[in-house]
Amino acid sequence: MEDEAFTDINGKAISLDCHSHSGFCREFTVSSPKVSVGKVMVYTCCVWLLAYTVFFFTQNTAVLSSAILITLVGMMFHIHFVKVDHESLLVIGSLGIQVSSCYASGRETTTFIEMSKIKDIVINEAIYMHQIIYYLCVLLKDPAEPKAVSSVVPLFQSSKPRLNCLVKVYKSCQEILSKC
Amino acid sequence: MVLKIYFPQCCNRADSGLMVGRWIAGHDSAVVLAVIHYPFIPGQVKRYIQQIQAQSGVELSVLGSWSLPKEGQEGMESFLRDLSTIFPQERWLQINREFGKTGFTCEVLTQDQNGGTTQQEAKKKKKMVEEGDGEAVGDGEEEGEEEKVIFVHYEQKKVMLSQLHPIENGVPDPKADPPSELRQMFRMVANSQPLFFLDKYDDGPLKTTHWQSEGREGSIIVELLKQASAPLCLLISWLLSIWTCFCNIRIFSLYPLRFLSTKLSTCIQLSYRTEHMRTLSSAKPAAGHTQFMRKANILVSLLVDVALGLLLMSWLYRDNHITMLANALVPAADHIAKELDELLQWLMGAPAGLKMNRALDQVLGRFFLYHIHLWISYIHLMSPFIEGILWYGGLSACLGLTFALSLLSDMVALLTFHIYCFYVYGARLYCLKIYSLSSLWRLFRGKKWNVLRQRVDSCSYDLDQLFIGTLLFTILLFLLPTTALYYLVFTLLRLVVVLFQGVLHLSVDFINSFPLFAVGLRIFRSFRLAEGVKFRVLCEEPGTALHLMMEINPLKYGTVVQTYRTPTYSCYPKDSWTALVKKLFVGELIYPWRHKTTKTD
Repeated sequence: MEDEAFTDINGKAISLDCHSHSGFCREFTVSSPKVSVGKVMVYTCCVWLLAYTVFFFTQNTAVLSSAILITLVGMMFHIHFVKVDHESLLVIGSLGIQVSSCYASGRETTTFIEMSKIKDIVINEAIYMHQIIYYLCVLLKDPAEPKAVSSVVPLFQSSKPRLNCLVKVYKSCQEILSKC
Repeated sequence: MVLKIYFPQCCNRADSGLMVGRWIAGHDSAVVLAVIHYPFIPGQVKRYIQQIQAQSGVELSVLGSWSLPKEGQEGMESFLRDLSTIFPQERWLQINREFGKTGFTCEVLTQDQNGGTTQQEAKKKKKMVEEGDGEAVGDGEEEGEEEKVIFVHYEQKKVMLSQLHPIENGVPDPKADPPSELRQMFRMVANSQPLFFLDKYDDGPLKTTHWQSEGREGSIIVELLKQASAPLCLLISWLLSIWTCFCNIRIFSLYPLRFLSTKLSTCIQLSYRTEHMRTLSSAKPAAGHTQFMRKANILVSLLVDVALGLLLMSWLYRDNHITMLANALVPAADHIAKELDELLQWLMGAPAGLKMNRALDQVLGRFFLYHIHLWISYIHLMSPFIEGILWYGGLSACLGLTFALSLLSDMVALLTFHIYCFYVYGARLYCLKIYSLSSLWRLFRGKKWNVLRQRVDSCSYDLDQLFIGTLLFTILLFLLPTTALYYLVFTLLRLVVVLFQGVLHLSVDFINSFPLFAVGLRIFRSFRLAEGVKFRVLCEEPGTALHLMMEINPLKYGTVVQTYRTPTYSCYPKDSWTALVKKLFVGELIYPWRHKTTKTD
């Protein structure tokens, strides 16, 4: 288990965890920083202050209850659909690659890609708004046409780690992929 | 190469015996389907396997031996090795497990060409000890490359019942790529149903362990429904044949009735439901997963429809609701007529400060006012019958809520017929004006539309042509605001009615096509609709092979709805927004909700 100081493209600290289950089976987990209590409190206070000012002028209690409802629903929506806790990549030689993201509420979405569809794992460059970033991706091929790349599946999309982290994962994956 | 063994979870604690299953062609994998226990007679095992092969069409073979020695039983190493000679296979797997340990160990015996057998072990430590010290790693002669083994545990019941999406059914195209390993594995387990019929209460010569060995699973309700469905299907098909005969009577194929029946949404819905009943009442059982899901979705949507219709009826026929509705209808119609009257009077004056052409204004306004007067007298004529019509119309809800909604949509169309007429008059006038204006504008500039070449060419006109053309152009140009205003007002009214009808049609379409059964299956038996699989590494002991747990990854809800939607007469706007706006500007008649007469997939 290794835990070095990696950051994502915005400079926030993330952690990488490499676990080797066997000679040809490795799991990489990138964890994002958790929801900070300070931010939650700031947002809630802003929304409620706004609601109080509106209530002060209109004297309508529906404004207050709707503000509470909006805050609650927004928070639940955020932790269930938006905030990613950790993303993991499980590489099993000669079986395939499994990509999964786990959200802050515990929900997990998983995709498994079979080895026959995988052409390679590479680090690619992309233009992301005003910067150029590196990202790790899986190149898929159509079994009918082994030479052409049919689609690209980007990995670690929410955590967006920087190049040093990606290189580490890339080297590990290539060891397994080259063996099988 | 890594050898993958798919091992059912139910056999984790099975007694020692023979493993029966299949090798997956093209990939280095084996699927274990059942375990046949000691003691057995080899001849009987071979006969049983042949019998299952004949019944199911899946090639079965003995994969190897499984040993889980109980207390007091000695290891049966030599016995197990002798078994491989009785059932000659290319590769013979020997899987051992000990109580108290979670890991399995696997030895693979390969039959090479000389007839001798070489053995490869998965335990690394033992091999290194055997090498001795100081020897170079040139061990390729006897042992060959060390074979790595992955054990993939799967739940047999779930894999057997689940269907991988996207569905590939029918005869596989020989030119297409062979199905992937996972698909082949799922198909093998699904086709091996006869193997799972033998349970532990059978008094046969063989004892097996698989997911149904504790007793065959079944549901009384499902069996009763299956028995009841045969006579029910006969009854429905008989009723349908009577109905089809009735519909084919000659009198209904006369022109006006035929035209009406394609326009009225109630008739369309009726024909649509007849199609559905015909699908449901076919005598053959569903062939394949898609057919079964379609039938089930149609049945559930029909039942929900009828249930909602009965609910509506129970509300409608209680507490004199119908009388209240009927009594509210005529004053509402009067109110609408009064509002339209006021609107026309406003248009005939100086609407929004615009100055209209007096004469044209009066003509158009009086024309429309007379129409409204006709309509109002028609409504007053019908008023004693309205309650009766509503009462009998409400009875149609017993066929389903969709019928009630279609009937409502048709009634709205009939009652607002005058608005439709106004819209058509206004649109035709405006369209005519716009086309004449554009043609005369070309004349004004000295150009002409060349029909042969489909383009604008210059043309020399005579003086009198130019004179009359310019005169007409001026007249039409100054009359344009009046016509445009009338057109605008009546188009807006027509759009309001069309919107309301569209909402009704969309809800009818939704009830018709929403796959409620598939969504229910996704919620309650999510393993039956599989998008793929997901793997979980089981906690391993050092030195044993890798153990993975394969679970079914259920389909997302959006994909479920998209895959299993019943195809309907599509009721979506047939023009894009830009085309619609362009048509409105030019004055072409718009029919935004177009029913396609044939079903689309």
